[in-house]
This record gives sequence, C-alpha cells and structure tokens, in this order.
Amino acid sequence: MAVRGTPAEQRAGMARAHRSIVARRRLKLAFTYLAVGVVVALFLIPFLWMIVTSLKSPNDLTAHPLSWLPQGGYLQNYPNALTIIPYMQYLGNTLLICVPNVVGTLLSCSLAAYSLACVRWPGRNLSFGLVLSTMMLPYPVTIIPLYLVYRHLGWIDLASGYLPLTVPAFFGAPFFIFLLRQFFASIPVELSEAAKVDGASELRIYAQIMLPLSRPALATTALLTFLYTYTDFLNPLIYISNPDRFTLSLGLLGYFSQHGASWGPLTAAAAMFTIPTAVIFLLAQRTFIQGIATSGLKG
Amino acid sequence: MARGTDGGDNHDRVAGRPRRLSPATRRSLITGLLFQLPWLLGFAGFLLYPAVATFYYSFTRYPLFKSPRWIGLDNYRNLFTDQFFIQYDSLDHFLQSAVGNTLYLTVIGVPAATAFAFIVAMLLNTNIKGIALWRTLCFLPAVMSPLVASILWVWIFNPQFGIVNAFLSFLHLPQPGWLNDPAWSKPTLILLNLWQVGFSMIIYLAALQGVPRELYEAVHIDGGGFWARLRYITIPLVSPVTLFNLITGVIASLQFFTQAYTIGGASGNPQSSLLFYVTYIYTSAFQNFDMGYASAMSWLLFVVIAIFTAVLLLGSRRWTYYER
Repeated sequence: MAVRGTPAEQRAGMARAHRSIVARRRLKLAFTYLAVGVVVALFLIPFLWMIVTSLKSPNDLTAHPLSWLPQGGYLQNYPNALTIIPYMQYLGNTLLICVPNVVGTLLSCSLAAYSLACVRWPGRNLSFGLVLSTMMLPYPVTIIPLYLVYRHLGWIDLASGYLPLTVPAFFGAPFFIFLLRQFFASIPVELSEAAKVDGASELRIYAQIMLPLSRPALATTALLTFLYTYTDFLNPLIYISNPDRFTLSLGLLGYFSQHGASWGPLTAAAAMFTIPTAVIFLLAQRTFIQGIATSGLKG
Repeated sequence: MARGTDGGDNHDRVAGRPRRLSPATRRSLITGLLFQLPWLLGFAGFLLYPAVATFYYSFTRYPLFKSPRWIGLDNYRNLFTDQFFIQYDSLDHFLQSAVGNTLYLTVIGVPAATAFAFIVAMLLNTNIKGIALWRTLCFLPAVMSPLVASILWVWIFNPQFGIVNAFLSFLHLPQPGWLNDPAWSKPTLILLNLWQVGFSMIIYLAALQGVPRELYEAVHIDGGGFWARLRYITIPLVSPVTLFNLITGVIASLQFFTQAYTIGGASGNPQSSLLFYVTYIYTSAFQNFDMGYASAMSWLLFVVIAIFTAVLLLGSRRWTYYER
C-alpha cells in the first residue's frame, strides 16, 4: 500500500511511522522512570520516616491527624538517645567485638584460602570440599555445645573480654575462605611462579604478592564481617548478660522492650546506629557489590 | 619395630612401589597444612565437635546444671506432642506453632522475596539517568541491622500512629492491626523481608547484565515482544541465580530469629503467631535450660534444611539452564 502513491505521500507516511515510534519510546521511557521512582520511594520511605520521627517533639508524635513533616526543628531526641541508654559505652563495647572479628577473619581466612588456591599439596581438594560442605551447616546445630564449652572454660560474662564472641573469628569462616579462594585463583599463577624462581618463600608470596593484589576481596571480607558483627544479635544475647557489657543491639532491644512507646529517642538511636553502616557502604559500594555479586554467582 | 621407621616407608601392596612422598611433595603438604592450620582447628573445634555433641545431647535429658542422662528417643517423641512446637488439630492452631510459622514464612515468604528481587532487578537493569544512585538506594535497607529494621517496622505499622495506616485512612481504606493482629503479623514480617531483599537483588542484577544482547535481538527479529523475551531468554538465563537465591533464602528463613524475637519476644506475640523454630530452640536452651530437648530440635532442623536443599537441587534440573 505504502509503495503506491506519490513520493511526497510516501515521505509523509514514513514520517508518521517515525513519529509513532518516537512517541512509543518516550512513553516507554516515562513508564520506566515512573516504575523506578515508585520502587525507590517504597525502599526509601521507611528510612525517611525514621529520620522524620526522630525530629519530632513528643506532642508532634501523637498528633491527630498525623503530621507528615516535623513541626519546627526539634533536635532533643538525639541527645536524649545518648543518655536513655549508655550509647557511647555500648558503641565502645560493640567495637571491642567488631575489631578482633575483622582482623581475625582476614588473617585466618586469607591463609586458608591461599593454601587452597596457590599451594599444590595432596589433600587440597579434600580440604576445599570440607569448606564447601560446612558453608551450609546451620548455626543452631553448634550453639548449645559451644555455650557449654565456653561456660566450662569460664568465658561467659568474663570481665576481661568478649572471648566467645571474638576467638572463633581467628579460626576461619567457610564463606570467606571460599570468597577469597575464588579471588586468589583468578590471579595469574605466573606472578607467584616468578617469585618462586627468585627463591621467595610461600609466606612471602602470600604476604607480598597475593594480599596486595587482592584488596577488593579483602575489603569485601572486612566490610561484610564488620557489618555482620556490628548488627549481630543472637550471639551477644546468648553470651552477654551484664548490662554494663551490652552491645548496641542488646541495649537498644532492652530499651525498646521496656519503653516501646518513646518513639522519638528510639528512632534517633536507630538512626545513629544505622548511619555508620550506611556511610561505610556508600564509601565502598563498588567493591562491596562486586564482591557480593561474584561470590553469589559462583556459589 | 614396624613403627620404628618413618610411616612413609610403608609399601603400597597393589602396585608394589614405595608410597613415600617425594621430599618436594612432603614439603608442599606441610606448607599447605600449616596455612590451613587455623581453619582446620576451627573446623574441628567450632563445627565438627559441636555438631557431634549436639547429636549426642539430643538423646539425653540434660538440664543445664546437671550432667546429661541417656533417654533414647524421648526428646524427639516429646517434640511432636509439644503444642509450642507443632499443632495439628486445625490450620489456625498450626499457624500458632513454631513449625507452622516457620513453614509459612518459608513457603510463602521466600518465593515472594525471590520474585520481588527479580522484578526490582529487572526495573533497575536500565540506563536511565541517575541509575547508579537508584540502585544504591534500593540496596541500602539490606545493610540495616535486622534488629533496628524490626523496631522501625513496629513503628511504621503501628495501628494508631503509624505512617501506613495514616496513608490507608487518607485513602479511606480498611486499616489492619498489622503486627498486633495474629492474622496479619506474618505477612507484615514478610514485607520486612522484602524491604531488606537487597543482596538477592544485586545478584540478580549482575546476572541480568550478563545476558548477551544478541539473544534479545534474535527474539525481536522473530517477532517476539517483552513477554517472549522474559519467558524464553531472561528467566532461563538467570535460572542458576534463582536457584541460588531460593536455596540461601530457604536456609535463612528456616533459621529466622532476630526480627521475630525483636517484634514478638520469646513467646512470639501476638498469640504465638510469631513463634519461630529457632526462637523456640533459644527459649528451650537458654530460658528453660533444657539442653537435650533444644539439641533434638537443632538436629531435626539440620535434617529439614538438608531435605529442603536436596529437593530444590534435584527439582531444579527441570528448570535451570546452564550455558556450556
């Protein structure tokens, strides 16, 4: 049909078709923006509501109908949050657990991963199989005997440290051994072989070649370990009963279950608790997302 | 005298040649093992020993301050008449027991979260302006502490002063009691899981970005539209990730604890609608100090997780696609 007709008519027809394609593309783009906007809003609103609530005065909180924005700048909830629970002390306690966990996990897991990826030794495959098969072991299967052992050793509620919460980190975690092993295995063997020819020991190759080249994987391990320990709840709940030694999570839950209705200070404390993780994540997100994505895909 | 010489001197009977490792191999064995030492000790001390000990304790009566006494299968038998553990008389009662609640969360919550993660990843797999920022914002809830997120959820879904019911009332829609209502508490908890779905979403996004463009173009040439691309290209090509997300989701869901304990406490309020499997292990072990009973529950959980994983892996052969 379109072939017939004068050249001018043909041109007009093509222009019309072109316009409709452009219009459809625009519509599709608008729809994409709208859908992404809605999804982002759904993810963001709980966060924003936490911040908004933390900036409301007690009267404002129970206002009816509800006020969507805080009335005036009420900042008192933040200093209050620091005193309703000994926030700084609990933050210190939490960091006392986090730092050894990050250091221990980095050390023990990178050593094990190095031997799985870079040293050829009989039994290596068997050992890798062990790592893979224990990755899925549910933690409830181990908590009771471990509790009994720590109790026997006198490690529970000890004044001198958080041994049950920190010592295990120095003995490897299957998931991070796996993650680091995958990364080490992707580094060209020529590098370590050249060093071997030059007479470098395995320990030296590990420390001076592999570790510096594996910064992204090590950073991911450190971040995930920190995040996990910082937000951990079950282990502190089992092993810490003295309120002076509480972590932030325990302190927050304690306050929440006693004064559930004081939402101003609670949301302020929640915001302060969340900000460090959000900031760390934003600073390192590229490494972080890569680490998670690759470990997941290869899992 | 047989042990007088090095163990490496034993001869292999079949081949009749010495099995002694060459010095180089032996050195590599020692190096390999030394690097592994911390982890091997950890495996023995923090995984193998406790797993075996739990198995043994599960056959004993073991109050915390006494020593364990062998009682055979009694713990396992008692579990199935324990109304907190499981109830069979009606669906309502089943959904007020640890097993019922945990199954509900797993069978409904995990597929829902996986589908949601996939949809969000599809939406974020575009090149619109500011996409890096939008992706970051959608992932952000995943780094929030589950405990803090749960406290926040109680506030957002507060029947009187919460933002959700304020919004529903603005639209003149019915306003449920959410976490205060046994019929709504589990769905509200699943919504919390959907909000923190970031990790699954990022893995999906990485997989979607790995789908070759040519395949979509081939469908386009064959006259296929959005649904054909989705059905014949996208879903099959990301199916290994779907399997990964389902398995990790099921394992996590069967061990669900922090959120439920924060919101519903040890008894899983309201009306034990938020009493989950691991919550009940925790209560049995660390509040009732019944170590044997809690151990039996832990081992049963181990078996259930193994079964779920095996079923997913075997069933997945029909619907996963691996490029070779």
